Amino acid sequence: MKKKIGIYICHCGGNISDYVDVEKVKKAVENDADIFLAKTTMFACGDTNQNEMVDDITNMKLNGVVVASCSPKLHLQTFRSVSERAGLNKYQYVHANIREQVSWPHSDDKLGATEKAIKQVKAAIAKARLAEPLEPMTITAQKAVAVIGAGVAGIKAALQLSDMGTQVYLIEREPFVGGRTAQWERIFTSNETGKEIISRLYKDILSRDNITVFTQAEVVDYSGSIGDFKLMVKVAPRFIREHCVEDNLQKAIDVCPVEVPDSFNFEINSRKAIYNHYPSEYPYLPVIDIQNCTRCGECEKVCKNIDFSQKEETLNLQVGSILMATGFDPYTPADNEYGYKHIDNVITLPQFKRLLALNDSKLMYNGKVIKNIAYIYCVGSRQVNGDNKYCSRYCCTSTIHAAIHAKEKFGNINNYHFNRGIRTYGKQELLYDESSRMGDIYLQFFEDGEPQIYKEGNKTIVKVKDVLTKYKELEVEADLVVLVTGMVPRKDNAIGSLLKLPRGRDKFFNEIHMKLRPVETVIDGVAISGACQGPKNVTESVNSALSAATKSFSIVSKGEIDLEPVIAIIDKDNCTWCGACAEACPYDAIQKTVDGDKSYAVLNSTVCKGCGMCLPVCPSDAIDLTAYSNHEIENMIDALL
Amino acid sequence: MPNTAPQKAKILVFSTEKISDPAIDMAGLLKLHYPPTVNTITLPCSSGVKPRWILHAFEKGFDGVFIAADGSDCSYGESCTEKTGNIVAKTHEMMKERNIDPARLKMAALCSVCSEAFVKHVKSFNEYLIKSSK
Repeated sequence: MKKKIGIYICHCGGNISDYVDVEKVKKAVENDADIFLAKTTMFACGDTNQNEMVDDITNMKLNGVVVASCSPKLHLQTFRSVSERAGLNKYQYVHANIREQVSWPHSDDKLGATEKAIKQVKAAIAKARLAEPLEPMTITAQKAVAVIGAGVAGIKAALQLSDMGTQVYLIEREPFVGGRTAQWERIFTSNETGKEIISRLYKDILSRDNITVFTQAEVVDYSGSIGDFKLMVKVAPRFIREHCVEDNLQKAIDVCPVEVPDSFNFEINSRKAIYNHYPSEYPYLPVIDIQNCTRCGECEKVCKNIDFSQKEETLNLQVGSILMATGFDPYTPADNEYGYKHIDNVITLPQFKRLLALNDSKLMYNGKVIKNIAYIYCVGSRQVNGDNKYCSRYCCTSTIHAAIHAKEKFGNINNYHFNRGIRTYGKQELLYDESSRMGDIYLQFFEDGEPQIYKEGNKTIVKVKDVLTKYKELEVEADLVVLVTGMVPRKDNAIGSLLKLPRGRDKFFNEIHMKLRPVETVIDGVAISGACQGPKNVTESVNSALSAATKSFSIVSKGEIDLEPVIAIIDKDNCTWCGACAEACPYDAIQKTVDGDKSYAVLNSTVCKGCGMCLPVCPSDAIDLTAYSNHEIENMIDALL
Repeated sequence: MPNTAPQKAKILVFSTEKISDPAIDMAGLLKLHYPPTVNTITLPCSSGVKPRWILHAFEKGFDGVFIAADGSDCSYGESCTEKTGNIVAKTHEMMKERNIDPARLKMAALCSVCSEAFVKHVKSFNEYLIKSSK
């Protein structure tokens, strides 16, 4: 049948056309053989263009379509669906990537970018000329999802997946669930504490049969791909038997002589080697920090449920999708950044929030009652010289909320906010208003006029040239200086490295597209949610978790997934059976068959995965791959010159 | 006036859909620049590149061929690196027989986040190809 190909070249707003002369690209290909239609379009993915494509394919009876736009990772499926809607086999659609691989990397060379775009489109046309109608191959998808990280995002995602009837493995590296949220006191807007939120959520988890929670568990190896990931999970022992007598456990904690900085409280106090952070923490069982335990035996004397014979376990899980919810780390100021670790009453925002939680009647730090608090904003965020160029979004609101909380809880507190412009977006603006009405003082600076902190005898002085009073030099004698630190990616990225998840310029995990595919990654079947993707508050984390859960569910829900129908094709007339292809195949998909006096290779198409490893080893070149035949590849090579 | 514009070698890259293509895409996203004469053909796996395709590229006028190999990340199995290496070794021999400098075929393992490594490889390959053509 004669080929009738339609070409659509996308401006992508200006993402492509600012660097690639798309009209020139169109002119360069519109008169090529088999081209029946060539158009440029502002947004190829827009509904209007999609509908136009359906009409064009239907009315002109096109049997080949090329869209030159962004990465196929983003819109290959979109345009395949368009083709299907128009009655065209989706494998007769070919995608040319002229954004990620042309306009963006060659934005420094518009002429070169345009020439390359022409070649890429011609290569796609060469492929489209030979593209045959195909049917997808279907594989079984495991009806289970692994959620990595049991903070608020991970727990909400697990519950959502459970509601939809999916088996969930919730894997938490720490001994207790709750993540960062469990560390916070009152949370805007509900004023529930983090503990209350997490307690409510994990009680819900406990009522589900289809959620299995692992704590002190880490994914150490994985294999497989979308629909069938195999995870190896190591679970560390707690060294305490379940169903123990709580009083005895408390005695064991009391007698433990070890004191180590408590990371739950951001090291403003210490904990024992046997510990939990608060009584209702899940699992309802303390843990022994074996790294710091001296094995003195004191705990064993008062509690019979201590069990040092417990061993690490290794679990093998099979899941159809992986949902990442591994959270963030708070930014740690550099040594002497605004006096951090050099001036004794300088702490970070997370430390301040724990201080509010740990103090009852009076706000005390280092044995002194706190009255004047200076908050210095954007520490570690919006850096001019550092790597963290981004705004962490949550910290303005979090600081103002904590400042109001301090005033309400302890009274007689004066709050001084040294800020670079308050970003309490949306409903959070109400807090800013409330704090101003309560008498909090806001002083503003720009990046070139950072506040100075210094000691004058026993006094800690914070000085700034305040933008809001025409650069008047103002000083505050602060009892406590709170550095408003933002979010940074987790320091320990072991799981990200294992799964090879791409990270963006901010070093957080990167989605395929911020708006169009906001929770998917380039690793098919792996979704991201919460603050591991970028700074988010609790509400935003939960929203993204629900979105990621829905995406993971869409992968496993049917119990099967359509895969590309790419398999080896053996030309039996040309095959003389040497066995090299069978040896190269990692799936044993090729076997010898004998027909009279001729031996040749035959393919088990249900086992073949379409890797192509058998192709280059065949001495008589008797094997091709669907959609990657010699003819297709060599025509593409010719077009790229 | 002398032409001071830098020369650019024609480089064909065989990349892979799941592993090196995302890295090359991310190089674009991060606006990392490399010569626009670097063009990519995507395959399922680097161990499926046929020597005849590489030779075809040289015969038609490409200056260099770069295989962005899956390495140990290959979803089709651990043997990918070895098999891709075998293809390169076999093609090198075929290139020698045809008096083509074997260094014009290069292979490096690229993971899905190896954007900077990709740009570094193609830039240095481009420089080598320009130098060797003089």
